[in-house]
Amino acid sequence: MRKTYKLYIGGAFPRSESGRSYVVNNAKGKFLANASQASRKDARDAVVAARKAFGGWHARTAYNRGQVLYRIAEVMEGRHQQFSSEVSQSEGLSIAKARAVVDASIDRWVWYAGWADKLAQVVGSSNPVAGPYFDFSLPEATGVVAVLAPQDSSLLGLTSVIAPAIVSGNTVVAVSSFERPLPAVTLGEVMATSDVPGGVVNLLTGSASEIGPWLASHDDVNAIDLCGVASDDEARDLEIAAAGNLKRVRRPADEDWSADQGLSRLTQYLELKTVWHPIGV
Amino acid sequence: MSRFEYAPAPESRAIVDIKSSYGLFVNGQFVEATDGKPFKTVSPASEEVLAEVGEAGPADVDKAVRAARKAFDKVWGPMSGKDRAKYLFRIARLIQERARELAVLESLDNGKPIRESRDVDIPLVAAHFFYYAGWADKLEYAGVGDDPQPWGVAGQVIPWNFPMLMLAWKIAPALAAGNTVVLKPAETTPLTALAFAEICQQADLPPGVVNIVTGAGRTGQALVEHPDVNKVAFTGSTAVGRAIAKSVAGTHKAVTLELGGKAANIVFEDAAIDQTIEGIVNGIFFNQGHVCCAGSRLLVQESVYDEVLARLKRRMSTLRVGDPLDKNTDIGAINSAAQLAKIRELSQIGEDEGAERWSPECELPANGYWFPPTVFTGVSQAHRIAREEIFGPVLSVLTFRTPAEAVEKANNTPFGLSAGIWTEKGSRILWMANQLRAGVVWANTFNRFDPTSPFGGYKESGYGREGGRHGLEAYLAH
Repeated sequence: MRKTYKLYIGGAFPRSESGRSYVVNNAKGKFLANASQASRKDARDAVVAARKAFGGWHARTAYNRGQVLYRIAEVMEGRHQQFSSEVSQSEGLSIAKARAVVDASIDRWVWYAGWADKLAQVVGSSNPVAGPYFDFSLPEATGVVAVLAPQDSSLLGLTSVIAPAIVSGNTVVAVSSFERPLPAVTLGEVMATSDVPGGVVNLLTGSASEIGPWLASHDDVNAIDLCGVASDDEARDLEIAAAGNLKRVRRPADEDWSADQGLSRLTQYLELKTVWHPIGV
Repeated sequence: MSRFEYAPAPESRAIVDIKSSYGLFVNGQFVEATDGKPFKTVSPASEEVLAEVGEAGPADVDKAVRAARKAFDKVWGPMSGKDRAKYLFRIARLIQERARELAVLESLDNGKPIRESRDVDIPLVAAHFFYYAGWADKLEYAGVGDDPQPWGVAGQVIPWNFPMLMLAWKIAPALAAGNTVVLKPAETTPLTALAFAEICQQADLPPGVVNIVTGAGRTGQALVEHPDVNKVAFTGSTAVGRAIAKSVAGTHKAVTLELGGKAANIVFEDAAIDQTIEGIVNGIFFNQGHVCCAGSRLLVQESVYDEVLARLKRRMSTLRVGDPLDKNTDIGAINSAAQLAKIRELSQIGEDEGAERWSPECELPANGYWFPPTVFTGVSQAHRIAREEIFGPVLSVLTFRTPAEAVEKANNTPFGLSAGIWTEKGSRILWMANQLRAGVVWANTFNRFDPTSPFGGYKESGYGREGGRHGLEAYLAH
């Protein structure tokens, strides 16, 4: 069935407010579908949704967030075939290789799911201060994270940048790969059916070059991941825009999405809160 | 009310030998600055000129960065962590041995009471070097992988409010991680950094590992923008932090920023009142309020507002403002004429916007830069004195009824550096600490610092942490 895919904002699937859509071709240039082309207004709506969802999501217990992420993996598995087909068509991979990419993406959700209730133990601390005080440091989500998702790796890359942000309690506005948006659209459908509260993950299909500047300069966005930005000049301009409210910036770098990810994407979107109290009787 | 007066108890300044002029400290030597105009540093308590200091221009900064690069490549980088640790331990010991001298010098140059420089600043400086010395040979245990690497040359710019302490926060973790540094102290308070340069010489620290370039904004900019600097660390205003974030955009430089704050100090009706009053006073009048994490917005639960205000005013009347070298002094001099003008301007705006201003009667010295401890009541959240960092001994008081309202008001700012909570109820402390969007939360205390404790802000108070394992992490590539 040929159809126009929609955006995923605040748990709903709206068309772009701009009324625009664009043609999505497969890796060989053959027509696949139409996708909504998100506008500045869509990005702003998505930030509002993400901010609204932040309070509830980061207040959940780590155990609960871990459960929800694991549920994402379970629901993805049910759509394995659809994802494999979309990854294969989008990235021009054989179906066997695409299946392996989907497996790796599911595994990645599982890996991050397990981090939810371990982060505070690994990253936090109790500090032996020189005085009669008890003092401990806890990691906490930084807030709304804007993600310009990888252009090449349409599912594994996307998963690898969203999962570490939300597992700690951040909410995300992600702009998918422009040429390869279908796995992102399907991931939105997974989010909508896997206990992820509306607004925690918002997926915009469209151009990172067009939407990126609005997200980078938005005062209610706390961090931005520039990994899907095409050129150094563009990344520099976005970083300059992000300095307006001192967003935490993740600069683009050559990344191997199939490799183990380590902690850096988790800690990138964390704040550390240190709490002091006197000790005495 | 009659009371006993204190006899003056001045600390002798004979222990300090201030030279009439200082050069830059580059590659282990004091050298003349070549492309800037020398400037004078004065004692803010008397306006006496203490010394003339060289201004490092871009060419001087370049020399310092080259020296740091060479030291990183040839000596400090290849050196074993065990050996680096020994240098840092030795520096810590030298600081302890020269503690009194450094405290007097700090109070002379900065205007802060000797009670604070002697009992807070300098002991913490030594403690930071001790703490990070022990990390130098244990980097693989810092939680950033089994082969953590230094960034290289760190360019560091520090403010005038805690000149020596900020130097320690910057230099100790940088050196422990294996970086070399070029540090620019603030133009109004360069003297203890130059004394630290001598300490590096006494410790036989290899030339180029620590370089000190004095100057103002231009020097700092040249340092931050130098292409061979790998890591930038800045403490200061949010405006300058923003400019730095822009200037490093598109580079590979690692950055940490410790910027402004407008901390809420929240008092619940069940708080232990005497302890709380001391905490409020410490929160805003410590170091003349020249503290980025100062408790400058007092949020008092309505039911105890009258009592808290009455007791606070009574306590403020006992604060002694005057000679920083007098051991009885609680509040010293404002650091500079420019800062005094800013405090006066914002206070005037507070009055113009309708808040009520109160200060205890106090005689201010004729010379120098002084501002009395001041409290504003009838402040609303929209007032500029409740939104902007004043960086002086000026407290704004607001009220609240419920814990939820206190959270709402406390978080209603683009800053997120620190907060205070005063209540006897443990569950409420933990609940509040969870709700507050701030990097440091002091419950039933305020303005505590320790080398083992991470410090740093949320939102526009900057990014990265200093202190503790997390402060070390900021100096390691991973």
